[in-house]
Amino acid sequence: METIVQKIDLVRCYAIAAALALILPSGPAFADSLRLVGSGASFPFPIYSAWFKDFSKKNGVTVDYQAKGSGAGIKDFINKTVDFAASDAAMKDEEIAQVEQGVVLIPITAGEIVLAYNIPGVNAGLKLPRDVYPDIFAGKITKWNDPRIQSANPDAKLPDLPITVVRRSDSSGTTFVFTKHLSAISPTFKQEIGSGTTVEWPKTDKNVGAPKNDGVTATIKQTPGAIGYIEYGYAKLTKTPVAELQNKDGKYVEPSSESGAATLAAAKLGPDLRGWIEDPAGADAYPIASFTWLLFYREQDAKKAEVLRNFVEYASTEGQKIADKMGYIPLPDGVVEKVKAASAEIK
Amino acid sequence: MANHSFMLAAPASTLSQAPTAGEVSSDRFFRALAAVAAVFILLLVAYVVWKIGGRAAPAIQRFHIGFLTSSDWNVQTEKFGALPAIWGTLYSSLIALIVGGFFGLMVAIFLTQDFLPKKLAFVFRLIVEMLAAIPSVVFGLWGIFVVIPFIRPAADWLNAHLGWLPFFSSSLSGPGLLPAAIVLAIMILPTIAAISQDALNSVPYRTKEAAYGMGATHWEVILRVMVPTAAGGIFSAMVLGFGRALGETMALAMLIGNSNQVSLSLFAPAETLAALLASHFPEAGEVELQALMYAALVLLAITLIVNVAGIGLLTLTQRRITGKA
Repeated sequence: METIVQKIDLVRCYAIAAALALILPSGPAFADSLRLVGSGASFPFPIYSAWFKDFSKKNGVTVDYQAKGSGAGIKDFINKTVDFAASDAAMKDEEIAQVEQGVVLIPITAGEIVLAYNIPGVNAGLKLPRDVYPDIFAGKITKWNDPRIQSANPDAKLPDLPITVVRRSDSSGTTFVFTKHLSAISPTFKQEIGSGTTVEWPKTDKNVGAPKNDGVTATIKQTPGAIGYIEYGYAKLTKTPVAELQNKDGKYVEPSSESGAATLAAAKLGPDLRGWIEDPAGADAYPIASFTWLLFYREQDAKKAEVLRNFVEYASTEGQKIADKMGYIPLPDGVVEKVKAASAEIK
Repeated sequence: MANHSFMLAAPASTLSQAPTAGEVSSDRFFRALAAVAAVFILLLVAYVVWKIGGRAAPAIQRFHIGFLTSSDWNVQTEKFGALPAIWGTLYSSLIALIVGGFFGLMVAIFLTQDFLPKKLAFVFRLIVEMLAAIPSVVFGLWGIFVVIPFIRPAADWLNAHLGWLPFFSSSLSGPGLLPAAIVLAIMILPTIAAISQDALNSVPYRTKEAAYGMGATHWEVILRVMVPTAAGGIFSAMVLGFGRALGETMALAMLIGNSNQVSLSLFAPAETLAALLASHFPEAGEVELQALMYAALVLLAITLIVNVAGIGLLTLTQRRITGKA
């Protein structure tokens, strides 16, 4: 509940922030007490807040993180109103060019995006073929007892119920990763809807938007016949049934930390540690997963830089231990090495 | 001068005195303060409009008036239109006003027209006003977890049996116009009830006594005398309630379904201007930001028109009732 209030009420947050900005002296005055301010992605917010709490306690610094969304985080980062930011979509080249101190991008955790559903009578084990789930989200398959769904689930008693697609109403990194994957596997989806942090969904009565991961989760749980994409952690936390998806190798895989790890193993990161997993190969790989990044200034205040380096060290080693429990995928060892090397660039 | 008994009779000695220099200056100070505050508020409104207008200017030039009639909101192709949001804002607020207005007025009549002992009425009034203190997010959650499941059977029945009516032409998916409007109605009810009560209470007791004196029944007094006499105040309660419904954001963003379509159906997902702003603003790119500012300007204009029209109608009705120019 706390996170819902915290994350949903963005507008109010802005109003308060604006009011505070008028009253309080600007950022640098606080630099001495070592208070780090960050903002960005809401997708990894649960694990970040656990890390910040633990790290703050051990190191005597305060870290304030506002989960206002990847795009907003990047905006804050470019405007230099934060000490670090977080984004599910890393940063685009033209965005990096706007930061003259330079940017260090650190993939710090990864998550799977799951298709959570609410079908009366089907409480687990729904299988969705590779050519079916993009069509559900494109509004082409509209009933649960459609022969294309039924043939993949011969034993399930699928009801004659309209499919209600629940998607994000706010723009989000989760939508970005999800639509990128659907566009990669379905030419029709790519042509009709495309990918982005917000896309124009089919205008039907059976396509509804809800704010944030928690809003989508709540709407799915309350709507018989609903399916929607959410971050794995939210489905795990709320015990919402999730679909097994058919991957590139034709196998049905359910989301878990093992299948997520298999997905990450297929990921290729560039020298700047950016990289997308649009359609991972591998028999055990779950099809939709993504890294999420922390963004740091390459050159900055030495004291802050040291704390931030320590934080990356903490998050990439000790922090990874809680990833699985919280519904995220621990970073592969190869990536952890690269992350450690890259964090030395924060000076 | 120092007549003791006279002093006792009129102890307010300052009444007969010329104001002291201190009093004059404090009076001037307060006048100036009030004037500055009033001007400041006007300037603030002008500044907000100017600022939003400035940010919206590129979008106004780009989309012209077509923004108000187009129903696209596509970030990829940079095509933006606010028709579904304008429609949803007016439609949901109107339903909320009809429902909330009816119940608000009924509550006000029940609590002011001697149906309850005074003390009990006071307690009831407090409870109704407590509704106004519930945060919008809580109303949104309550809508998702209580209102939607509650209206689902009725909605399904109406869709199945009266689906040929455009109002019931789609089945309820969950979030949609009706749940949003119901929650809105509850949110504006305390405003309408409180102001209507004040209006009914301010009708002189003699008016009521006179009506009873002429042999009118309880209900005749309420419907033929009390409500028409208080109509001005009740009407402004409705206008304020409608204004609140137009601008309500968070609960609607959670309940309206955020779908860019124009539909008469009560069960279809829709969109409102405030919800559109809330959900798109945080991550909007440059062009979308301008379009959102344009939408904000439209919302501002709608609110302004409603308020001005409300005040206009109010003076008209008052003139009719009181007979004064």
